Amino acid sequence: MDSRIILIIGGGVAGMEAARQLFLLGYQPVIVEKSDHLGGHVAGWHKLFPDMMSASSLIETMAGGLDGVTVYLKTTVATMNRLTSGFSVVLSNGTTLLCGAILMASGFRLFDASRKEEYGYGVYDHVITNSDLEHWFNTGEDDRIPENPSHIAFVHCVGSRDLKAGNPQCSKVCCMTAIKQAIEMKEKFPGSEVWCFYMDLRLFGKKYEDFYINAQRDHGVHFVRGRVSEVSEDIDGKVILKAEDTLAGHQVKLKADLLVLMAGMLCNEETPVLASMVRADVDSDGFMRSRDNIYRINESSRPGVFFAGACTGTKTVPETVAEARAAALDIHNYLVGNG
Amino acid sequence: MVDFGFGLSKSSAVRLDQVDLSLYRKLEVLEPGVRTCMSCGSCSATCTAGPWSGMSVRKVILNLQRGKDVSAMMQNCMLCGKCSMVCPRGINTRHLILSLCRIYGERK
Amino acid sequence: MIYQGKQKIWSEYQKEIPADGWFYVRSCIRQSFFPASEKYFLAVCRDLLGKDIYESEHHTTCGGIAYHCDTIPQETAMTIVARQFALMKEAGYKNLVTSCITSFGNYTEILETWREFPELEARIRENLWKATRREFDKPEYVAHASDLVYKFRGEIAEKAVNRLVDVETGRPLRIVEHIGCHYSKMFPHKGIGGAEYPYVLSGMVESWGGEVIDYPERRHCCGFGFRQYLVKANRGYSVSNTHKKFESMEPYHPDAIITNCPGCPYFLDRWQYVISEQTGKTYGSGGYGIPVLTYEELAGLVLGYDPWDLGLQMHQVAVEPLLDKMGVKYDPDAKYLGLNKKDILKPGLPSVLKCC
Repeated sequence: MDSRIILIIGGGVAGMEAARQLFLLGYQPVIVEKSDHLGGHVAGWHKLFPDMMSASSLIETMAGGLDGVTVYLKTTVATMNRLTSGFSVVLSNGTTLLCGAILMASGFRLFDASRKEEYGYGVYDHVITNSDLEHWFNTGEDDRIPENPSHIAFVHCVGSRDLKAGNPQCSKVCCMTAIKQAIEMKEKFPGSEVWCFYMDLRLFGKKYEDFYINAQRDHGVHFVRGRVSEVSEDIDGKVILKAEDTLAGHQVKLKADLLVLMAGMLCNEETPVLASMVRADVDSDGFMRSRDNIYRINESSRPGVFFAGACTGTKTVPETVAEARAAALDIHNYLVGNG
Repeated sequence: MVDFGFGLSKSSAVRLDQVDLSLYRKLEVLEPGVRTCMSCGSCSATCTAGPWSGMSVRKVILNLQRGKDVSAMMQNCMLCGKCSMVCPRGINTRHLILSLCRIYGERK
Repeated sequence: MIYQGKQKIWSEYQKEIPADGWFYVRSCIRQSFFPASEKYFLAVCRDLLGKDIYESEHHTTCGGIAYHCDTIPQETAMTIVARQFALMKEAGYKNLVTSCITSFGNYTEILETWREFPELEARIRENLWKATRREFDKPEYVAHASDLVYKFRGEIAEKAVNRLVDVETGRPLRIVEHIGCHYSKMFPHKGIGGAEYPYVLSGMVESWGGEVIDYPERRHCCGFGFRQYLVKANRGYSVSNTHKKFESMEPYHPDAIITNCPGCPYFLDRWQYVISEQTGKTYGSGGYGIPVLTYEELAGLVLGYDPWDLGLQMHQVAVEPLLDKMGVKYDPDAKYLGLNKKDILKPGLPSVLKCC
């Protein structure tokens, strides 16, 4: 049996783009998405760096390319079994598929910021996450964000680069996200002072450094090199942050009206379950393990099982899109015997 | 010798290739966690003794790595444990300080 | 402040505290600082609530003060602790309850160290045998005495004579809870409620009708800090810490402070006098200070014991404003009468801090 059906687990940016490419190559991709919408985390975002593209219009464009692709929403994978050729898959909605290859595009989850108890997420009135802020940019609904904040603080590396939180790796997109959001907040509240507390600023991508310079030069965003160690709430409900300004070598304190926690990216909780169904490997960081991290990032250690996007590690949107296209080609080559 | 009313100034630059690291090396053995410090400043930010006495675990580690005497600063530690709570690298700062006390004690 | 958020965290830091069968070890300093607190721990838990709590006159210090002052190595402290374990074994008990927070931290740290380094435990066994010909079993459970009072807080509330409520207005009293550093900062999972939002004392306050104040410097050390107080040149650091806490809690107008450490109530109490002399400032209403109580003293007041039997006349800050709010009955003339009505003499009065 040589099935033209390709199972794609996850309907985020990676799954959507891979499905479109596979469809154009003549395959029958089937997207299985656990939530009730396509687009994953990006669908809930407001604007994407570095072009400040609208996230919802990107998802709209991408969804427009999925005509002819089967999409199951609110559906998960129940079992996957390897056959002599291809895989037999049962979905939570009872559908059975015989497919030629599997693409894991299961993405990531945001660190649960309430686990860093010292930052008071879920306890103090004016503490939100990067994701909450994007939601507010989209909807304008969040009681935690005050009307005229005079001080807004961003804390980088919340739950990333943190061995105690069990997540030692750098989430890499949050530095840039913080600067993007800092600028957006300055534009909304020109009278406010915006403070970024960072350990290291990791602005590696095209135009990222430009954002940093703009934040400094055009918006007067303050950058303090020190990790916030504790946050309290005072009698007026304002948040009080303590950090060390490590460059000047003294403790600093800031009374802020809003605290934004840059929650990091973690592997999805389904990762080990999905991996074990097809006997793929999970890496030491909890993400899926690629055959190598240089030349075969899209390939698992098992034939017919491929990866795209943040299921193998933290990725930006353009990286994810590029990987999705690469994975589609890898799957094609595998199925025509070029692999 | 002529008194010009001015003299050669002493440089405060640390010569990294000539630093005496013997104390730091001993500490590495007793508390290997010291190597993983990334100077984020969480410990110093939360330090109970810091604002009054200048105590800072971050500075203790860094100065030790630069061959400086940190015994005076370290004596200000109250062993309250707040720095252990906040260290993102999970360094046992309490054991680090107690180990350093032991190293200085053995030198006397 | 979102109360449910805290409840979620509290639920993650609960301990299964054995109900009964405890070997009790006292603190080095509490009997001189707060002379009746340990007595009333036994009076409440053992005599009133009928729990099996045993103490031996042969136990000693745990060595924690010397260890924290860097005058003895940890191996010495461990051998001292091993001897207490031997006494517990000889008495036929398996659960250890400590009066002192630093002891609790010390015992916990030693047991955790032995768990990671069994060879060290073996060496201490040998040390103890050579020194005393004793053998020990490790306790099945180590609790702090405040854990037990927390566990019994409901039983105490059922027997309450007074509540943490202003009898005139019905307003719940605003209580600052202060946890000793060594209770949960080293091992957050060993403390009820963890280290960020400890619940051990908050739970008592809530059960007895009061309202807990959460102020920005709640996590901060009381200022004792061993070396910071014990070396006179550093005492300024100690009082500065205490001052920082009072400045932070002042806007909430606390009616009292409850503590679970030997050092904290002492310093939070006595430094109020020093701060008043240095800055002219007092933190209670009407020139008084904020009364600072141990959890046993507060439990004693709730249960209706006489405040002078509870040793509250030994505090620097006058407790009468709190007694009046709670409606506790007391005889002002008996404040400085000791055993058998012996006059223990009135202390001199400070120039700023108002005392009764």
